[in-house]
Amino acid sequence: MNELLNLLKKNARETPENLAKMLGLSVDDVESQMAEYEKTGVIRAYQAIVNEEKLDASLVTTVIEVKVTPEREGGFDRIADHISQFQEVDSVFLMSGGFDLLLFIKGRTMHDAAGFVSEKLATMSGVTSTSTHFMMKTYKQNGILMHTGERDDRLKVSP
Amino acid sequence: MTDSKSLHSRIAKTVREIPRSGIRDFFEIVSSREGVISLGIGEPDFVTPWHIREAAVLALERGVTSYTSNMGLLSLRRGISKYIEKKTGIFYNPEDEVLVTVGVSEGLDIAIRALIEPGDEVLYHEPSYVSYNPIIQFAYGKPVAVQTQKENGFRLTRAELEEKVSPKTKVLLLNYPNNPTGAILSKKEIEEIAAFVIEHDLIVLTDEIYDELTYDREHFSIISVPGMRERTIYLHGFSKAWAMTGFRMGFTCAPPELTDAMMKIHQYTMLCAPVLSQEASVEALKHADKDIAYMKAEYKKRRNFIYSSLTEMDIPCIRPEGAFYAFADISQFGMTAKAFSLKLLDEENVACVPGTAFGECGEGFIRCSYATSLDEIKEAMFRIERFIKTL
Repeated sequence: MNELLNLLKKNARETPENLAKMLGLSVDDVESQMAEYEKTGVIRAYQAIVNEEKLDASLVTTVIEVKVTPEREGGFDRIADHISQFQEVDSVFLMSGGFDLLLFIKGRTMHDAAGFVSEKLATMSGVTSTSTHFMMKTYKQNGILMHTGERDDRLKVSP
Repeated sequence: MTDSKSLHSRIAKTVREIPRSGIRDFFEIVSSREGVISLGIGEPDFVTPWHIREAAVLALERGVTSYTSNMGLLSLRRGISKYIEKKTGIFYNPEDEVLVTVGVSEGLDIAIRALIEPGDEVLYHEPSYVSYNPIIQFAYGKPVAVQTQKENGFRLTRAELEEKVSPKTKVLLLNYPNNPTGAILSKKEIEEIAAFVIEHDLIVLTDEIYDELTYDREHFSIISVPGMRERTIYLHGFSKAWAMTGFRMGFTCAPPELTDAMMKIHQYTMLCAPVLSQEASVEALKHADKDIAYMKAEYKKRRNFIYSSLTEMDIPCIRPEGAFYAFADISQFGMTAKAFSLKLLDEENVACVPGTAFGECGEGFIRCSYATSLDEIKEAMFRIERFIKTL
């Protein structure tokens, strides 16, 4: 994986000057490479990783396994795209195994998610069954530990 | 009951006369302060990879708590032998040529003790790791420092060695990739040193603890030079590349006669290295390639960052090619390395180690370790830049 992308995945707010220093490149090189990634869609967005549990009104994350009937033309793509359009749907993945699509839904309450499942998802043509799970606690997300603090027990000076 | 003054006089003269490490003194000053950003740390900031720690936990749960063979677990010695052969092309028999030690520190100590008789001279290059000189003295040997030059990027040359060699010289102690300068040697430079060693019929101790940590080209070991295996004690360990400092795991590779001699000292003084650390190291050799590559890539970014930051603020520094130290030349500020370090600590709360901790020829330099997070390095560089503007 490209080193520049690795650095941005860790800290998207790193300045081009610092990125250039770390990679041994010029600032121009870094900026044009980033522009290229944005243009070609390699970089889709820059987002903050938020520890939702620290917020007063945290969101409820619901994970839904969905079984669907694949269509003659396009397989799972049309229905997956269709589901992806809903604003409350955070992520959609096509999976191998006992179900087809894995959905992550964000809502204010469990009720919101339940409403989405019963009114929108379960009734959609092509959807044959759903299984809904509520997420209880996040330990690690996007490579970031959400609870474990950083510790440095090393001696302050050593040979 | 004797008072403390007379107790002092009873301490062995050799021990009494060796000063405490300059690092230790500096450590005490730094420890008394709050919120210091330290570039003074000679160990990885990474925690030992989880699968290695887990192997130690598992061994503990299984009740693996006994002594091992003096030489170390055979499975570990086999792993070490395979690893060294892969790295250098040189095979050491795990049965009688590989000895597991408590860190490279113990390996170095028993190697010196196995070889040195009172008055024998040991050549070593400075600036150097702080233990070399005292370990030689504890064995009643005579340390002979060969000063490497900044003009030459602190790479040891045959000419420098020729100046210091004498009929009493028995051993040459090498340490590349180097702590504190970050220098490494090319194959050609190593070959020239090997020719010198063979011509003067010396034994080499080579401390290659940083061998995995080079950033622009591979490290070349002196054991790979024809004729050197039979006169070399190769010292290595798990502390740096595997981030396992606290496990205290090292090893020596050497011909059977030399291994057997070191083994004698090891068995009577240490018995064996800690079994849990040995179990963890077995795992480390099996599955840690990815972890090493990841940590190395991180160090490289930091090396690039710290080197270009220092260069941009007109602090000369040889581009460190290995280990995780930048050895920065602060002589232009007209202060000793110690005075500079203390003032930097006082005014900006940034700790760097004065070059003189690594030998007199380290005067005018500070060692900046980049085994610390990029955020800390960035802040430290910002503060150093602000600091030098006031000088």
